[in-house]
Amino acid sequence: MIHSLFLINYTGDIFLEKHWKSVINRSVCDYFFEAKEKALEPENVPPILQTPHHYLINIYRGKLFFLAVIQTEVPPLFVIEFLHKVADTLQDYFGDCSEGVIKDNLVTVYEILEEMLDNGFPLATESNVLQEMIRPPTILRSVVNTLTGGSNVGDTLPTGQLSNIPWRRAGVKYTNNEAYFDVIEEIDAILDKSGSTVFAEIQGVIEACVRLTGMPDLTLSFMNPRLLDDVSFHPCVRFKRWESERVLSFIPPDGNFTLMTYHVSSQNLVAIPVYVKQNISFMETGSCGRLDITIGPKQTMGKTVEGLLVTIHMPKAVLSANLTATQGNYTYDLATKVLVWDVGKLNPQKLPNLRGSLSVQSGAPKPEENPSLNIDMKIQQLAISGLKVNRLDMYGEKYKPFKGVKYLTRAGKFQVRT
Amino acid sequence: MTAMQKLLQLPVSAVNMVKTVQSQVQGHEEDKSPVLTPDGGQQTWYSALRPDELRHLRSGSSSAGGGGGGGCGGDGGRDQEERAPLEEGGGGNGSSQSQPLRHDDLKEMLDSNKDSLKLEAMKRIVAMIARGKNASDLFPAVVKNVACKNIEVKKLVYVYLVRYAEEQQDLALLSISTFQRGLKDPNQLIRASALRVLSSIRVTIIVPIMMLAIKEAASDMSPYVRKTAAHAIPKLYSLDPDQKDQLIEVIEKLLADKTTLVAGSVVMAFEEVCPERIDLIHKNYRKLCNLLIDVEEWGQVVIINMLTRYARTQFLNPNINESLLEEGGSGDKTFYGSDGNDDDDEDEEDKEKKAEAAALAKRKPYVMDPDHRLLLRNTKPLLQSRNAAVVMAVAQLYFHLAPKAEVGVIAKALVRLLRSHSEVQYVVLQNVATMTIKRRGMFEPYLKSFYIRSTDPTQIKILKLEVLTNLANETNISTILREFQTYIKSVDKDFVAATIQAIGRCATNIGEVRDTCLNGLVQLLSNRDELVVAESVVVIKKLLQMQPEKHSDIIKHMAKLTDNIQVPMARASILWLIGEYCEHVPKIAPDVLRKMAKSFTNEEDIVKLQILNLAAKLYLTNSKQTKLLTQYVLNLAKYDQNYDIRDRARFIRQLIVPTEKSGALSKYAKKLFLALKPAPVLESPFKDRDHFQLGSLSHLLNAKAGGYQELPDWPEAAPDPSVRNVESCQVFSLLERVTTLTSVPEWTKCSSREKRKEKKVEKPFYSDSEGESGPTESADSESYSSSGSDSASASAESGSGSQSEESEDASDSEEEEEEEDKKKVWKKEFKKLAQGSESEQSSESDERKRARKSKQQKSESESETDGDEESDSESSQSESDDSESEVDVKNKKAVQSKAPSKPVIKETKKEKKEMSLLDLDDFEPAPSPQVTPVNSFLSSSLVTDLEGLSLSDSVLSPAAISPSGTQKCYELLHRISGEGLSVEYCFSRQPFGPDANMVAVQMHFANSAATDAKNLHMEDVKLQSGMRVTDFPEIELLPAGETTTAVMGIDFCDSTQAANFQLCTHSRKFFVSIQPPVGELMKPVFMTENEFKKEQGQLMGMNEITEKLTLDVKCRNEHAIVQRVSAAANLSRVPCGSDKECRFAGRTVSGGSLVLVTVATEEDGSARLTLNCEKMVIGTMLVKDVLLALTQ
Repeated sequence: MIHSLFLINYTGDIFLEKHWKSVINRSVCDYFFEAKEKALEPENVPPILQTPHHYLINIYRGKLFFLAVIQTEVPPLFVIEFLHKVADTLQDYFGDCSEGVIKDNLVTVYEILEEMLDNGFPLATESNVLQEMIRPPTILRSVVNTLTGGSNVGDTLPTGQLSNIPWRRAGVKYTNNEAYFDVIEEIDAILDKSGSTVFAEIQGVIEACVRLTGMPDLTLSFMNPRLLDDVSFHPCVRFKRWESERVLSFIPPDGNFTLMTYHVSSQNLVAIPVYVKQNISFMETGSCGRLDITIGPKQTMGKTVEGLLVTIHMPKAVLSANLTATQGNYTYDLATKVLVWDVGKLNPQKLPNLRGSLSVQSGAPKPEENPSLNIDMKIQQLAISGLKVNRLDMYGEKYKPFKGVKYLTRAGKFQVRT
Repeated sequence: MTAMQKLLQLPVSAVNMVKTVQSQVQGHEEDKSPVLTPDGGQQTWYSALRPDELRHLRSGSSSAGGGGGGGCGGDGGRDQEERAPLEEGGGGNGSSQSQPLRHDDLKEMLDSNKDSLKLEAMKRIVAMIARGKNASDLFPAVVKNVACKNIEVKKLVYVYLVRYAEEQQDLALLSISTFQRGLKDPNQLIRASALRVLSSIRVTIIVPIMMLAIKEAASDMSPYVRKTAAHAIPKLYSLDPDQKDQLIEVIEKLLADKTTLVAGSVVMAFEEVCPERIDLIHKNYRKLCNLLIDVEEWGQVVIINMLTRYARTQFLNPNINESLLEEGGSGDKTFYGSDGNDDDDEDEEDKEKKAEAAALAKRKPYVMDPDHRLLLRNTKPLLQSRNAAVVMAVAQLYFHLAPKAEVGVIAKALVRLLRSHSEVQYVVLQNVATMTIKRRGMFEPYLKSFYIRSTDPTQIKILKLEVLTNLANETNISTILREFQTYIKSVDKDFVAATIQAIGRCATNIGEVRDTCLNGLVQLLSNRDELVVAESVVVIKKLLQMQPEKHSDIIKHMAKLTDNIQVPMARASILWLIGEYCEHVPKIAPDVLRKMAKSFTNEEDIVKLQILNLAAKLYLTNSKQTKLLTQYVLNLAKYDQNYDIRDRARFIRQLIVPTEKSGALSKYAKKLFLALKPAPVLESPFKDRDHFQLGSLSHLLNAKAGGYQELPDWPEAAPDPSVRNVESCQVFSLLERVTTLTSVPEWTKCSSREKRKEKKVEKPFYSDSEGESGPTESADSESYSSSGSDSASASAESGSGSQSEESEDASDSEEEEEEEDKKKVWKKEFKKLAQGSESEQSSESDERKRARKSKQQKSESESETDGDEESDSESSQSESDDSESEVDVKNKKAVQSKAPSKPVIKETKKEKKEMSLLDLDDFEPAPSPQVTPVNSFLSSSLVTDLEGLSLSDSVLSPAAISPSGTQKCYELLHRISGEGLSVEYCFSRQPFGPDANMVAVQMHFANSAATDAKNLHMEDVKLQSGMRVTDFPEIELLPAGETTTAVMGIDFCDSTQAANFQLCTHSRKFFVSIQPPVGELMKPVFMTENEFKKEQGQLMGMNEITEKLTLDVKCRNEHAIVQRVSAAANLSRVPCGSDKECRFAGRTVSGGSLVLVTVATEEDGSARLTLNCEKMVIGTMLVKDVLLALTQ
């Protein structure tokens, strides 16, 4: 399946290579570099490239390219999902998946990769199992290692691999037993010029942080599970129970994990929390344009909108922006032509406004399209779909855990066309 | 002085030297590396380190007292890399030797006695490998450490070996013996990793060794080792394809494995080695379907893809009746544009086709194979997987295999994936694009999910556009076109171009909007961006070709554009249009030619060709005005640099200009040039891609990738479905073998022997880790035991007792710490059947005792479940046993008090069941030899149980109790292996008093030894999840030469999994297992004929199994049939009006599912056996049993 893996940074240096079968010369990456040159933007590099003898499948994560070399037929999503899993695992281990971090932990990363694939076929990809084999570095441990010459290789052998709940470590112990669930909903929307909704939907995810001793068996139920239209689960969730009773029954992994993702049925009208009044215009002659944006609350269910952020990808011809904001700050990046207006908390009494002029390169034609606004925001303590967790029960263990549920709504791909 | 100390005492001034060395090292490496590594990377690498060096030197000197072990903070490659050159500096030698010098240093570290130094060296080496640097010259130094005790060093050495063994084959052989030793290790994880490394070493010489190792591992008792064996198969195959036949044997064996752990890996191996051997799957098909949901994600993908292919060869096309209809329908869709004005004819044809198809459908009703249904049903939940690859795999399975009406379910899941990473979106959209062509309706509700955001990457935008175009129809076209209008304004010009093409396609496909689209595109001609205009021109050209008459003004407009548009393709398109339709623009055309003639020399090649084209056409239609111009252009072309153009010019001149020499062709010049050209069909690039299996790489590339397995077409007629039935003769013979201790029933999930061995193997693993952790041993073991019991109780409560096996092992492990070294002896002995196990068990129990004693001090907290896990000291053990038996006694008392009344009721019930052809109300006590005596036995045995010691006086001899011929006795413990104690068991077919869901198992103990056996009881029950056991009451004394009986109850959960436990006497323990024949898992129920028929009617389809058979000669009469069937299964006869049929009914003991058996006989001795049971597994197995009983 996966023959080799190359990690390549933004500038095109290969800083890690790992081969699971015989060694493939890194010159195979030249095909990739060629495609990268052509694509201009890293996002536009085709994920799958065909070369005379190999196929290259790459993903772009955190300014790094993970490039897998394969030789024979394999479902491309298989490889892509795996590469993302590698990136996720590294993130889990080091808190960040960047070039610097990987270079600092080169040997650990190499060992992780060794365990994750055998002969190109995934072997141990559960974070919980891997962490048992190769311990993630902590400050304490690196100090200890320095003194004793130890390393991060686990001295116990991973039993998780042998059990049929591979996602959970054995022998978990905590003094404080806690289980936290964050219900996070994202509004994906496209609003048109007049402010009417072209398309809107809600995607939710339940992120869990479970630190419970032993082998707890949890049951999470909702007040209104009918809202959920389409769901996907962590493998720990018992699907049959969900089908029959609409409750989530599971033995959780240890630590942080995504319990489920869901999509709220499209029949429900999506409440759009903010409205945007905007006017962006470029003069036909003369090199300037005007910009005027006002944001106000619409359907916020009585909560405050926070972390409001407006991002505008300006046309290439816009040289600079001379604007005044009644609230927050704005920045205009000359290189990337991105205007970012950080509004912060939305005050319904005094609506934030950004207005002023844009100077356009002289002689350049009037830009065809007005740039669309990408809006970012969050609303604490609210799940915009109205989803509510009913209760969380624990079976199988004697102690009483601390349970917490948090709701958060934020903008997903929220775009206003102008 | 170690190298490290040397390093630490380096003067700071050495840094300067280092720098020079570094630069030389770099040069050296660049020379060496043939690879196009951008040297900038290395440069920054080194320079970034420089400031750190000083810091490390300082910190190094401060921690020098810490000894050689004192590494620097962090273990990354950074400081390793940096230290290496420092040491070179310390050596102070010439720069030319720098590289080997560094390695010398590493070699020195590897040779040292300190593990920490070795580890440090290995880390540096691995870091070198990771960065793609050559470390092959260290091979001899590294390979020496392969036997290193330190597990961390070992791991890194393995990593190195796997990487370089291929290059240094001879030296690599030195390490082989280590792995061979590892393969025999009692710890399953060590065995597995030894096999993993051994099989990763690509050295041809060791192929036979690998083959042997794989074969051995494939029958290892640890599923994890078997999984590793499955992984090793493709490795060996790629090393030496000649081994294929042998490997297929191993694959076949592993395919039969019933654990989820192995399933994914072995199917992977199957796909790589012998994907064409589809016949190997038959027997495992149902099992794979059932296991699927519990297999890990990656395995699921592989299995689903393989099963898709399998299903295509084995089942009938579920859309066979609709496919014709559908073809008509899809023809409707795809030919829409091309057929243009002859829409009506097409429709009629369609109607005819549909009528035909409908007629066909009526003639041949399609019934889906139950196995086909099973696959669809079991994969559906996986659409909810978090793993996009799994979702995609299920989606393609449904697309290729499901009836049309059911395919819709995948749309939602695929749309969900569009929220994922852009790479995932890219792949999913490609597949959706293909699907939308075939089944547009499926995605129509999700149209808006494919709307494009300005922030999407271009490639995603274009794919979404493709999907939107495919989804466009009369109803939604207006929304889509409005959406397209937004897109046209985008800054991303590639995307705009694609949008214009999409509009063109919509216009050709949907007649109603053709004019709207055309007008829109014409407006775009005045767009300022040239690319947009050019693209519009090209599309307009295609559209105009459909109805040129109506649009001469557009052609005129475009003619004007020739002055402005510079894009060659667009210019060429305009010229072609004018030439083609010159009669519609008679005045303009010659003028355009005039202008073009002027600029001819400056045009691009394609434009030049079109100018020639235009000239030729004009010459033919309007030679008066254009003759000279044409000749001028032809002359220019004659001296063009491009040979194509020169060629074309010569050709055209000969064709159109009449000369004496011109051949016959010139007559046809008009026909050649002015022929009516068919309008182009604007087709999706994704059309017909679905002949590749969706989700595959080949589909994505639209080209066959290496190793791609074609998706076969549906067969005309379904192959024999019975090939997927699991054989019962195997089951039968195995049942018999179970009784001997050495047999391995391979078909059970975890057979008795497997489990026992397993345990032995797993134990040392834990004790290993305990041993290593040194001072924390006691703490460790304690935590193990407590966590073990925790989880056990958890499992007991939650009902998902899956972990219990492990946890039990955990607690057991402590008891057998010292067993490791005896492991080999053990294994040998095992092969030697019974005598071997005798001695084993003695040694084992000895050790157990010792271990227990040593544990006595440690053990503190015990959970209730420990009673049968015996992790306590001996004394508490006996205590708990006492209490247990007390409980039992209580139970029995309770039973006893009920006993007098219960059996009576039961008896009447029984009799009711036995009543055959009589009226319902007529309670004639039919003579039922099977039932009554045993019944009395049961009650008497209950009594005897309570009588305890007096039991031996019981007059009941087993022979008298078991009705002749009906109850088969199975051996539980052989006289020899039991040291004189022999135990047999049989299924008494009685309801087990304490628990109606349990099967009563009657055990006969016979003590033929010279000494008395005391305290006969059972311990350490190992069960599959859900199964339960009620122990038999302890037999306190069984004097020599005496026999006795006892009854225990087992809830088999309606499975034929074995119940494994230890049979203990005061001095010994014996591992035994009880495995029920499927016929014993049920109890008879009474039914009338009508009830029977009603129930049977509800258990049709998949729940019905029918077999044809020829009755055994001795078994041609009704009585014989009844006898044989009731011998094979605990069922009762159901009255039946016809004497040609015998019916039997029963319910499974724990699940209560109905089991209905019908045997319909013919004159000639042939018969048909029909079995209805909602538990298909039970049904299939029972059919085999009954079949065997009737035919032998």
